[in-house]
Amino acid sequence: MTQAQAAPQPQAQRPLQPQPQPSPPGQAPSERFSRLRECLELLCPLPGVSGFEGPVRERVAQLIRPFVDRWETDPLGNLLAWRYGPDGPQQPGPVVMLAAHMDEVGLVVSGFEGDGTLRVRPVGGLDPRVLVGKAVRVGASRLAGVIGVRPIHLQKPEERRRAPEPEALVVDIGAAGREQAEQAVQVGDPVVFEAPFLVLGERRVLAKALDDRVGCCVLVELLRERYPVTVVAAFTVQEELGLRGAQVAAFRADPHLGLVLEGTVGADVAGVEPHHEVTRLGAGPALSVLDQASIASPPLVAALVRVAGRRGIPFQWRRTGAGGNDAGAIHVSRAGVPTASVSVPCRYIHGPAAVCDLADVEAAVELVQGFLQEEAAPLLQRWRRHGSEGG
Amino acid sequence: MQGEAPARDSLAEAIRRLAELVGPSGREEAVREAIREQLSELADRVWSDPLGNLFARREASRQGGAGGRRVMVTAHMDEVGIMVTHIDEKGFLRFAPVGGLSPSLLVGQHVRFVGGVTGVVGREPEEEGKDLRHGQLFVDIGVNSAEEANRLVQVGDAACLWRPVQRLGQRLSGKAMDDRVGCVVVLEALRRLAESPHEVVAVFTVQEEVGTRGARPAAFQVAPELALAVDVTPAADTPKARPLPVALGKGVAIKVKDNSVISHPGVRRWMVEVAERHGIPHQLEVLDFGGTDAGAIHTTREGVPSGVLSIPTRYLHTPAETVDLEDVEAAVKLLVRLLQEPAPF
Amino acid sequence: MPDTHAPDGDNLTRWLEELSQAVAISGHEQELARWVAERLGSWCDEVRQDPLGNVIGVRRARPWKDAPCPPRVMLAAHLDEVGLVVSRIERGGFLRVLPVGGVNPQVLMGLVVQVHTREGALPGVVGFLPPHLLSREEMGRFPRWDDLFVDTGLPEEQVRARVGVGDLVSVRPCSLRLLGGRLAGKALDNRAGVAVLLECMSRLARMGHAAEVYAVATVQEEVGLRGAVTGTFGVVPDVGVAVDVTFARQRGVGESEAPAELGRGPVVARGANMHPKVTQRLLEVARAHGVPHQVEVIPGRSGTDAWAMQVSRSGVATGLVSVPLRYMHSPVEVVDVEDVRQAGRLLAHFCAELDAEFARSLLDWGVGA
Repeated sequence: MTQAQAAPQPQAQRPLQPQPQPSPPGQAPSERFSRLRECLELLCPLPGVSGFEGPVRERVAQLIRPFVDRWETDPLGNLLAWRYGPDGPQQPGPVVMLAAHMDEVGLVVSGFEGDGTLRVRPVGGLDPRVLVGKAVRVGASRLAGVIGVRPIHLQKPEERRRAPEPEALVVDIGAAGREQAEQAVQVGDPVVFEAPFLVLGERRVLAKALDDRVGCCVLVELLRERYPVTVVAAFTVQEELGLRGAQVAAFRADPHLGLVLEGTVGADVAGVEPHHEVTRLGAGPALSVLDQASIASPPLVAALVRVAGRRGIPFQWRRTGAGGNDAGAIHVSRAGVPTASVSVPCRYIHGPAAVCDLADVEAAVELVQGFLQEEAAPLLQRWRRHGSEGG
Repeated sequence: MQGEAPARDSLAEAIRRLAELVGPSGREEAVREAIREQLSELADRVWSDPLGNLFARREASRQGGAGGRRVMVTAHMDEVGIMVTHIDEKGFLRFAPVGGLSPSLLVGQHVRFVGGVTGVVGREPEEEGKDLRHGQLFVDIGVNSAEEANRLVQVGDAACLWRPVQRLGQRLSGKAMDDRVGCVVVLEALRRLAESPHEVVAVFTVQEEVGTRGARPAAFQVAPELALAVDVTPAADTPKARPLPVALGKGVAIKVKDNSVISHPGVRRWMVEVAERHGIPHQLEVLDFGGTDAGAIHTTREGVPSGVLSIPTRYLHTPAETVDLEDVEAAVKLLVRLLQEPAPF
Repeated sequence: MPDTHAPDGDNLTRWLEELSQAVAISGHEQELARWVAERLGSWCDEVRQDPLGNVIGVRRARPWKDAPCPPRVMLAAHLDEVGLVVSRIERGGFLRVLPVGGVNPQVLMGLVVQVHTREGALPGVVGFLPPHLLSREEMGRFPRWDDLFVDTGLPEEQVRARVGVGDLVSVRPCSLRLLGGRLAGKALDNRAGVAVLLECMSRLARMGHAAEVYAVATVQEEVGLRGAVTGTFGVVPDVGVAVDVTFARQRGVGESEAPAELGRGPVVARGANMHPKVTQRLLEVARAHGVPHQVEVIPGRSGTDAWAMQVSRSGVATGLVSVPLRYMHSPVEVVDVEDVRQAGRLLAHFCAELDAEFARSLLDWGVGA
């Protein structure tokens, strides 16, 4: 599929100003807007390094329990929940898998130094430069620690701009020696950034782990409603290590189509030319045509674009082929699953604190909701008759 | 083609007269005499100190009460230049820089010595892969021997870049805008200042370009309660300039900080407030390099709350320093207003 | 009361936390200066500020309050911290910033900050570019100042209405209690020194001393010892002791670069910037009162207020006592509270035992009459 097939012109391909203002200043935010903000505030601060998603899983399970018909966890730790269509579990009808990953990039303790500091190794794609001089939390007890830096006064000129070697970075928990450190921490304990949750102005959120707690929040919100199709919500693990949770979750869910809810790069920042922005905050959720892990299902993307056009929901194209998300695993599950992604633009992903726009989060919910209400069932019926490549 | 010259002719003429004088650091006498002449009718007392700083005091003309202060207002008289260190057999002059002058900028420039001798800067052939150094440059004053040269110039004589001031529309371009334009602002402010609650001591300082050496003893002598320095600041509005805030033609710049001083927050707020109240165009200045006389003044004795009025200038430390006359006028207006008002801190 | 026992163990930790969280970037220390002046007021006969903003607390000699010309000792700890200042507002509302003092730009990527505007603090984050926009070479280098920016998340027109060139930007305060009584946070360089000053004065308030003690919280140290220049000029001390922090050994910083170990007590400096008799007396006092301590050698410039104090007016006999600190000029500097307490004890005893004879001896270099 090419972008030309999608009929309505998305926001981001028009001249970029002025920005759409879904919640004009002064107007009271919608109930959903407030709910999404609260949900982010609950989920983002939780530690959930890949393989250690426990705190996120527990909280998400609590949040969705009132709205789902059935839920289960699998051997990897994915949380799957079913909300059946109108005919109930006996006749589930078409099944749509919605996936959002619970894990975040971080560090894991790999050993101890003689001076009581902790050796750590990255989990997922972490730019070592963002670790320098940051506060962290270690393990389930959220022990405070810091990642230090050589005093600038002692650095030689050639040292000042050189990015650190990952192995030079250690976590200092204040232990006076190795013994004290070993009593407080175990090898394998996860380490996450210590970052506040802040609302910037009226619409924007600054928080750690927006990739992909923002997708989790969109998914939690979507589960509040019953749709003409059966929805399997997959809160996946280990996305940052190679989409491993989604692979087994998709096999278990065995859906007819998949939608991935993601936080994606928003590089609409100082010094970046518009064609390198990827996505722009406040211009609506982003639809991918491809990334390095999958090519989005053209009819599925077209259906999402129809919904946006009909309902006046802003959206933009994700303007890069880089990156990859759970769709890469889902679309090749079993005999193949047509899959697409709806992403929320986030600046400074994989850093201590990312920024997203709540209006984009809200619009992502509306877009997927509209799709589930109006497009999913007819699309699947057509496919049953003609095959999915027919559109 | 340039636009019609707006009416700032007298200001432009005053700047031209001072800027075309030769006054490298340590050899400011021509500038000092020109300013001293103007000061006789503007001050109650005029004097100078062992380093050559020129002082002019005006008593408070009305009782300021709590807001009346001893205010030191400064601008520096000196400019960057060169000093002769050696004269060779053929009469070529070798020299050391006086203040921050880049060697590549000197090549092919005319220089003029204190006393009036003019020369041109030449260079030795290029050495591949090596940056030009001052030691590879020489001054040619049109002679053929050391003997001839010695009749005109001696080791230790100083010179500055030489070029007449050009008017570019409402802008002026020439050497030594840094800081003769500041000297003109102070003189013009004294001229327009009818009355003041402050005891104003205007100081035209020496040797700023070699490390604010004149301002420190001057401030020690004056022992001011408040200091306002007037100097130039780089305008960063030319192609590919660094992301700094100041632009030409946007008004007088009120300094937040440079490498030598963090303006007293109270003084800075007062300056902004006065500029706003009187509709004087102004902008704020932040620099991570450079320094002015305020750097030396504010740490003198037990400390002096200090602020700086800066004139945005393009192409600093070249023979084509360029200022906007409207910015200069804004600086004069702001300085006059500040000196008329009680200081609120 | 045995003086190894802290007057209030929790007090010192709380002071340190409060001090670390306060924002006082060089040249803009007024708010914290007031806080310190208030604390000093409980143990001083007089507290004043000089025109540059230094806070000067004076405790007169006692019980010899009326003795003529008691020797003067000045303890100086700088209040200010390094920070950022807004230098320009870019399209999109992103803020360019420049350093105030020796900021380490390496810690900035992704750091959560506060922009201090006229109407209060706005939160923000120092942005960075995603890897796919960067070459391998760019990934291997930290960004330059001119490429760094702060994102407040606000629309451009709101940013322009609320933020101005010259507004300060600080790390968002966050202090952490680590294991074993250690603290992590911003600006412990030199709030640890300020806490030493408070600890010292609170102890001295229960001791007799023949000297007049000036506790001075100095401003603008990080931009060139500027407060110490004017503060010392005003106090005219016989003896000046700067209280600052020094490099503690840490990962990547061994004995060759760092003189001290965290948790082993205050560090007494020796070298040209310190009068040998002041150094010697500090070490004697430490030994006499069982204060754990370490020694560092500084051959030349100390980079502390002592450097400026020494050459004030006709000269001052100086000393330097430092608290070991890891990760200097980062938002996660680490100190050991016990080192701070012991430094306070050391200085209290030093001040209490300082008399006119000692002050006179500082001028005697053994060359006869």
